[in-house]
Amino acid sequence: MKKSHIVVLVGIAIAIGALIMLSVDFSTYDTILSAKKKQGKFVHLIAKLDKSVPLEYDPAKNPNYLSFTAIDSLGGRAKVIYLNTKPPELEQSERIVLKGKMQGEVFECTDILLKCPSKYKDDKKQLEKEIVTAK
Amino acid sequence: MQFEGEHLWIGQVGHVFVLIAFTASLLSTLSFFIAGKKLDYSEKLSWLRFARISFITQSAAVFIVFSSIFYICSHHYIEYLFGYKHTSKELEFKYLFASIWEDQSGSFLLWSIWHSIIGMFLIKKSKEWEAPVMTVISLAQLFLAMMIMGIYIFGTKIGNSPFVLTRDEINGPIFGMPNYLSMIKDGVGLNVLLRNYWMVIHPPVLFLGFASTIVPFAYAYAGLQSKKYGDWIKPVLPWTLFSACVLGVGIMMGGKWAYESLSFGGYWAWDPVENASLVPWMILVAGLHTMVIYKATSHSLRASYIFAILTFVFILYSTFLTRTGILGDTSVHAFAESGRPMFNLIRIFLFTFSVPALVYFFFHYKKMPAEIREENTSSREFWMFIGSLVLFLSAMFIIAKTSTPVINAIFGSKLAPPEDIEFSYNKVMILVGIIIGFLSAITQYLKYKSTGSSFVIKKIALPTIITIVITTLLIIFYPITYYKQGAGFLGAVYVAIFATVYSVIANASYIWSGLNGQLKSAGGSLSHLGFALMIVGILISSANKKVISEEKFKDFQIQMGVDPLTKQQDNPAENINLIRQVSKKMGPYDVTYLHDSVGKEKGRRFYHLAFERKDENSGEVKESFILSPDVYLMKDNNMSSNPDTKNYLTHDVFTYISYALNPDANEDTASFRINEMAEGDTLFYSKGYMILNQVVKNPVSNKFNFPVNGPAVLAEFTIKSTEGNTYHAAPMIVVDSFGINQIDDTVYAQNLYVKFAGVSSDQTKMKIGVKESSTIIDFVTLKAYIFPYINLVWIGLIIMAIGLVISMIQRASLSKSTGAIVLAFAAIAMFYMFLLAN
Repeated sequence: MKKSHIVVLVGIAIAIGALIMLSVDFSTYDTILSAKKKQGKFVHLIAKLDKSVPLEYDPAKNPNYLSFTAIDSLGGRAKVIYLNTKPPELEQSERIVLKGKMQGEVFECTDILLKCPSKYKDDKKQLEKEIVTAK
Repeated sequence: MQFEGEHLWIGQVGHVFVLIAFTASLLSTLSFFIAGKKLDYSEKLSWLRFARISFITQSAAVFIVFSSIFYICSHHYIEYLFGYKHTSKELEFKYLFASIWEDQSGSFLLWSIWHSIIGMFLIKKSKEWEAPVMTVISLAQLFLAMMIMGIYIFGTKIGNSPFVLTRDEINGPIFGMPNYLSMIKDGVGLNVLLRNYWMVIHPPVLFLGFASTIVPFAYAYAGLQSKKYGDWIKPVLPWTLFSACVLGVGIMMGGKWAYESLSFGGYWAWDPVENASLVPWMILVAGLHTMVIYKATSHSLRASYIFAILTFVFILYSTFLTRTGILGDTSVHAFAESGRPMFNLIRIFLFTFSVPALVYFFFHYKKMPAEIREENTSSREFWMFIGSLVLFLSAMFIIAKTSTPVINAIFGSKLAPPEDIEFSYNKVMILVGIIIGFLSAITQYLKYKSTGSSFVIKKIALPTIITIVITTLLIIFYPITYYKQGAGFLGAVYVAIFATVYSVIANASYIWSGLNGQLKSAGGSLSHLGFALMIVGILISSANKKVISEEKFKDFQIQMGVDPLTKQQDNPAENINLIRQVSKKMGPYDVTYLHDSVGKEKGRRFYHLAFERKDENSGEVKESFILSPDVYLMKDNNMSSNPDTKNYLTHDVFTYISYALNPDANEDTASFRINEMAEGDTLFYSKGYMILNQVVKNPVSNKFNFPVNGPAVLAEFTIKSTEGNTYHAAPMIVVDSFGINQIDDTVYAQNLYVKFAGVSSDQTKMKIGVKESSTIIDFVTLKAYIFPYINLVWIGLIIMAIGLVISMIQRASLSKSTGAIVLAFAAIAMFYMFLLAN
């Protein structure tokens, strides 16, 4: 290869390598307990809705305010505030992924991903439930 | 036990033909392989004959399997799990197809059908390449048949059969009864999110794109196997072009679908599922360019091999990502967790193709002819190669990021996506866009081997000047307002717009000046032009997308990020409440929620919103239209939302319902209070008073445009609230052939219902019913955007696809008439699908 080629190729490789290094801005999956130790840091929580505490959402008053309590599998609990509309099927979700930051005791959530049994049509338990209600 | 009413024969037929497809593809793989090794002509031919018959048999079997499933779906045989899960009687006919490819086994079958069709075509056309090429395709068919086999071998389940019975798969006391079928009314049906025109058409096109990528891979194998290392490039070029066109269109169909009917608020979100199909396309396009280089200069043969192989390897890898559930929490797309056996089977499929192919390639690496002479830096091939490399590296970047769940699974790490996923891609891809923009603008003005610099400068001067003028005008008259990511990124957006506009202009001018307007050989330039135009559209529509449904907070304030450029608070509250018949300002529009109506399907409800833009001074209505986004309201207050869009040439107004009350949960329990009133009388209610202005007999027009076919009486009210607002109400009584109709009127702003109940017994006064509802007022919560210049995206895509088709026609040396038919078909289909069909 000619020198010029090597220079160009190495240049491109370095540029792209540098960009990749720059963009390795991953966050982490955390438990509520470990998130509380990382105050103000963007994390993902895997949790579910605590149904013993009433969910607060009054769309007539403010459609952009949702608040509920999340618990995770280790028993950690946190109040969650989500400044957006209530995702449909939130109450039915077996598992929710919450993205956001812990501020004190409150989790300020910017995005909610739901894992709904009804979306997973191959979930046989859900089909069993439906077939019973179909009677 | 004997069960009543089951139709077991069709499942048995289907299952037998799955096994036939499996066996026949095994035979065809082996015999094509042996045929490829035989040197004696007559021996080779007899093996080939047997192999062809086997392949045709498996193709027929695959079609019969597909037809059986279609039969089950169209007859709603819910004794089959497939029928129970995916169909319901209310489904429209076209959605029966969609319900087939909603299922995992159904989509594997679709893939298999395309392979069969491509295979038959290759048997007819590929001449001396037939044996090795078809070996590869038959082997892929073997795996696809295994995916839907669902039988146990040595205690391991191979694939999931689409013909399993509901009663075998689902536990329920109901299945202990012989007449269980009469007790299940209907199937579950197609997921409401998927009941959409695009669900019918996007998967077949995308899977044709997927299936066609095996052809370059198979030819690369054939090249290695025959040791005629460079000869496969010429016959495979048209296929590569075809594949690039179909896969590219398929991917963007997914984007259009997401844009117009899913509430993602855009057409691209760097979602893992989108990335998984984009990455093979980028590698394929890189390979396409190296193949063109090889044909013209004999350079880049090894690169062509590696790109052809990797394209298909990444198709399989993306199948692995999207079909095994490994993406889990990172994707908005819902995919079934497929279970361990399926996970293993797809993994074996991936390794069976990738490892031997790559080993085989490196084994032959040294033996391949390579040009000793180096590319000159002023040559076209040098910069084309750089472009391919950039495409390939950026594909690697995307797939590496997308693969974090795989990395987590292998190393037990806990990496999660970053806070702003889209930006983490955008900040890299914008630079790729800049490089590709400049390269595709200038490179074609270079000549193969070497180019004199004065020649290039002379040719490129005019496009450069035009681009500078256009970009300057853009900055002055239509500045980009994407301040969210800081000044650096905004600058990059401007440079990217410059680079891509440059590419559009330079390619257009090349068609005109370099090729003298000969469209026949302008395929390449046209594709580049289209691609660049698409990127321009993406840049402008994404950067200047505006949320017009912002609602300012009243009761509370929470610290959100501060915008780095405007130093303003970032407002995440992008949803607005519209109370029925009370208009609200949204961007340039006054929006009023008029009323709702029920759709054809169960639980579907449309919300009709009137958008009006008035002249600020005169108050004259400049623009008005009605959008009707809809939702599927399901039990437990669940819903799924479909947007509605007003398309203009220059922008789209896009809106969807983000929250709606379930009307069943909002049952009104208050009743009417009847009062007797004469004209001019006043009646008080809790928030004000109302005056009966006059009673009109047989009114000429009424508020509801209700067709009046008989005597009618209308009562006109003026209502004054304590806040000082004035409203009007006009309830009616109509007598027609159906009897007496009372048409009530509602003042939603006051929660007030007014009824004309009749005339008092002494005929002097009117009976007026008044109801003040105690339930929540009727409102919807919605989100609305303006997407500017989004049509550039679709138009760019269409031009790119047409350019690729033109190149394909030329490279395949199709006859004039065949070429014209192919081109016309492609063009009409593209225009229809992307610009007309909604």
